[in-house]
Amino acid sequence: MNHKRITLFAGHYGSGKTNIAVNYALLLSREGKKTAIADLDIVNPYFRTKDSAAELAEAGVDLISPQFANSNVDLPALPAEAYRLVEDKSLFAVMDVGGDDRGAYALGRYTPFILEENNYRMAFVANPCRPLTRTPEEALEVMREIEAAGGLPFTAIVNNANLAHETTPETVLEAIPYMERLSLLSGLPVWMTSAEESVAAKLAGKVPGLLPIKLQRKYFDLPEQKGPPQARPLFG
Amino acid sequence: MAERVLMKGNEAIAEAAIRAGCRHYFGYPITPQTEIAAYMAKKMPKIGGVFLQAESEIASINMVYGAAAAGMRVMTSSSSPGISLKGEGLSYIAGSDVPAFVVNVQRGGPGLGGIQPSQSDYFQATKGGGHGDYRMIVLAPASVQEMASLTVKGFNLADKYLMTAMILADGTIGQMMEPITFEDVEVETYDKPWALTGTKMQRKHNIVNSLYLKPDELERKNFERYERYKTVEENEVMVEEYMMEDAEVCVVAFGIASRVAKNAVVQARKEGVKVGLIRPITLWPFPKKVLRQAAERVKSFVCVELNMGQMIEDVRLAIECSRPVSLCNRTGGMIPDPDQVLASIREAQKGVN
Repeated sequence: MNHKRITLFAGHYGSGKTNIAVNYALLLSREGKKTAIADLDIVNPYFRTKDSAAELAEAGVDLISPQFANSNVDLPALPAEAYRLVEDKSLFAVMDVGGDDRGAYALGRYTPFILEENNYRMAFVANPCRPLTRTPEEALEVMREIEAAGGLPFTAIVNNANLAHETTPETVLEAIPYMERLSLLSGLPVWMTSAEESVAAKLAGKVPGLLPIKLQRKYFDLPEQKGPPQARPLFG
Repeated sequence: MAERVLMKGNEAIAEAAIRAGCRHYFGYPITPQTEIAAYMAKKMPKIGGVFLQAESEIASINMVYGAAAAGMRVMTSSSSPGISLKGEGLSYIAGSDVPAFVVNVQRGGPGLGGIQPSQSDYFQATKGGGHGDYRMIVLAPASVQEMASLTVKGFNLADKYLMTAMILADGTIGQMMEPITFEDVEVETYDKPWALTGTKMQRKHNIVNSLYLKPDELERKNFERYERYKTVEENEVMVEEYMMEDAEVCVVAFGIASRVAKNAVVQARKEGVKVGLIRPITLWPFPKKVLRQAAERVKSFVCVELNMGQMIEDVRLAIECSRPVSLCNRTGGMIPDPDQVLASIREAQKGVN
C-alpha cells in the first residue's frame, strides 16, 4: 500500500472512521514509519481515538487527542499540539476527522497547510448499511457537504461496508457496485477495503487494498450474539 | 430476511418514530441524544413533517402539548437535565389526557452531572417528575432493536391510553450501533374525537385543559384517570425472564445494566450457580406479579442499576420484602462489568446456602 504523508479519514458519522484510522496508524507503524494520529472529532464526545490509547502507545504511535476526550464534559476544543501533524514533515500523520459536515468544520483549521504541502490522501469512509447513506447518491451528498465544511477535497474512497458483528464477506462484496457507482459519481478511486479481521481473512485476494481491522471487545455483547466482537461504544 | 441496517440507538428512535406516523418533532439539543434531533432535521423536511429546534426545553414540551391536543403524533427528546425542564409540561399533558411521546437518553446526575450513561432518572420517570397525581408509561429498551420497536409501541400506547409514553434509555444505548430491522413495526391508529381540529361549525367545540375550578370535578377526573391507569397496569406489562425456571438467585436489571447482568448470569451458570434474570421492559407499569411469583421460588434478589438504588425500592415493594434484595451498582457514568455483577451473585448465593 502506498502512503501519503498525511492521511485523513472522514465521512458520515458512524461509518467507521475511528476504527480505520487507528488500524491504519498501527499499519504505518508496523511498516517502520514514525507515526502520529490526531483525533479531530470535536462533535461526538464518544467513540474516541483515545479508546485505543494503550494499543497505540504499545505500537509507538503518537496520539494527539483533545484534552477532555473521554471525560465527563463535552468541551469541543482541539489541542495546539495537533499542529505538529502538519508542521513536522518527518512524521506520517493520520487524522481522524469528525463525522459529517459538522465534524469536518474543525479540519478547516489545518486545510491551508495540508493543501500547501500537497502530500495528502483524504479518504471518504463509506458504509452502505448506514441509514442515511443507503445509496451512492446520498453518500455523494454527504461527501460534498464535508468538502464544503472542511475546505479539503476528497481524493479516495474506503469501502467499509459492515453490519457490526453480523458482517459477512458478502456484506463487503455486495457493496462493490455501490462503491463503483460512488467512484463514478465522484471521480475518485476506491483505495481501500476495510473489514474486521476475521471477515477480512475470508476476503483475501478478492478485494483491492484490504485493511484488516482489529476491534475492541465490549462487555455488553449479549451471550446469544454471534460473530466477531464489536467496537466498545464507550469506555467503561 | 428483512433488510438490515446498522443504526445508532438514537437514530433507531428517530426512524421508528417516523415510521409510526410521527410528523412533528420539537426539541432542544443535549448530549447524548442529539442524533435524534439531527436525524429528524435531515428527514422531516423531505417527508412533509415538522422539525423545530425550540428556544428551550420548556418551549419544546409545550409545543408537544399543543400538537398532541390537535391530535398529531408528536414527540420530543432530551437527556436528564432537559427532562427536568420538561417536567411542568409533562404534568400539564397528563392533566389534559393527551397522548405524547417523550425520550430520555439519560446521563449522569444530579445537576449538570456528566455526559456519560446513567439510569438515575428512574424515580423521575416512574414516580412523577412533574407535579400532581399522574403516571407515564415508561419503556426501557436494552438494545438498538428495542429502541425502534419500543418507540412504535410507545406511540401506540400513548394514543390508546391518552397519556405520555416515555422511552427511558441511557447514553450507551443511545450511542451504540447494532444491526436492526424495521420489519416488526406494527402501527396502530386510534380515532381522536376529542382533538382540537376545528369544528367547521358542525360539532360542539372540544376543550383540552388541565384546570378545574371545582374540587369535586377535579377529584372525579383524577379518579377516572387512575381507573385508566389500572387497565394499563393490568394489560401492558412487558418483561423478559431469562434462565428463571430453576433459579435460586434472581437478578433484576433493565436497559444496559440488564445486558451486563445477562453476561454475568451466563458466567455464574457455568460455575453451577442457579441464577436467572428478570428484565422489566415496562418500568411503569412495573412487573409486580412476575416478581411476586418469582419470590415464591427464589431465595434472594440482586438489583443491578446505574444509580444509587432506585428500582430496588419497587422490587422490594413488589415482593413485599419477603426476600433479601441486594444492590450492585455504579453511578456517575460508570458501568459495572460482569465480574462485579458475578461477585454480587456469588454473595447472594451464599445467603441461599
